[in-house]
Amino acid sequence: MSATRAAVRSLGELMITAGLVLLLFVVYQLVWTNLAAEHAQHKVTDTLRQDWLREGGTGATGTIHLSKSDFGKGFAFLHIPRLGRKYSVPVVQGVSLPDLSRGVGHYPKTAVPGEVGNFAVAGHRATNGEPFAHLDHVKVGDSLVVETRGTWYSYVVDKVQIVEPSAVWVLDPVPGKPDQQPTQQLITLTTCNPRWASTQRMILFGHEVQTQPTSEGRPLALTKDH
Amino acid sequence: MYAWIWRHLPSPLPLRLATALVLVAGVVAVLFTVVFPWAEHTLPFLHVTVN
Repeated sequence: MSATRAAVRSLGELMITAGLVLLLFVVYQLVWTNLAAEHAQHKVTDTLRQDWLREGGTGATGTIHLSKSDFGKGFAFLHIPRLGRKYSVPVVQGVSLPDLSRGVGHYPKTAVPGEVGNFAVAGHRATNGEPFAHLDHVKVGDSLVVETRGTWYSYVVDKVQIVEPSAVWVLDPVPGKPDQQPTQQLITLTTCNPRWASTQRMILFGHEVQTQPTSEGRPLALTKDH
Repeated sequence: MYAWIWRHLPSPLPLRLATALVLVAGVVAVLFTVVFPWAEHTLPFLHVTVN
C-alpha cells in the first residue's frame, strides 16, 4: 500500500470517527441529559419531601432563608396547571448549569416566595429535563403555584414578553422600574427563545393572588379543571 | 489506524474482541462524563438566564 493510500485511509477513518462522535453527542444531549435530569429531579424531590416531613413540615410557616451552601438544593416546587395536572418541578437555589439540571433555578439575588419583591426562576426549554419546554403554552391569566414547606403561593400570569438575553431588568423587584420600591409579591420565569436557540429570552411575569397554609390542602388553582 | 490497533490487540480472537469492546466502552464513558458535559456549555439552547 502506497503512502498516499495509507494517508487517505487514515483520514477517512478519522472523519468517520468524528461523525460517530457527533452522533453520540446528539444522543447524549437529546436522551442522556433528560434521563440524568429526571433522576436528579426525583432525588431533589425525595430529599425535600422527606426534609419537610422530618421538620414537622405541613402547617409550619415562615420565611425561607437561603445561604451559599444551599446552591443546587431544592426549597420549593413549581406547579403549572396549564402544563398538566401533575406538572411539578423542584425549585433549586442557583441558575448555573449544574443547578438547572436538577429542576428550575432561583436567581439568588431575587426575592423568595412570600417576600415582597420579585421571585425569579430560570428553566431549560430544551434538553436537561426541559421543564419549560412548553412554557409558550402558558397564557396571560393562567395560574402558577409555588409550594413551600408550609405555604401554597398562587400567582396569575400578567404578561408574556420576548426580550434580549441582556434584559436583566426583568429581575428587578419591580421589573423595569429599578427605582421603585416593591409593594407586591411578583414572580418572573425566564427561558430561552426560540426553543432551540439563544438569540432571545421568553419571560413570564405574574403577581401573587393568594396564599394558603399547606394544612388547608391544595389551592383552588390546582384542583379546578382547565 | 483501526487496523493498526486491531493488530496490536492480544490474540486469540475472542480475547481480541473483548479487549476492543472494553476500549470502545472506555472511550464512550470518557465522552459522556468529561467531553460532552464540557462541550454542552457552548450549546445555545442551554442559555436560559438573563445576564
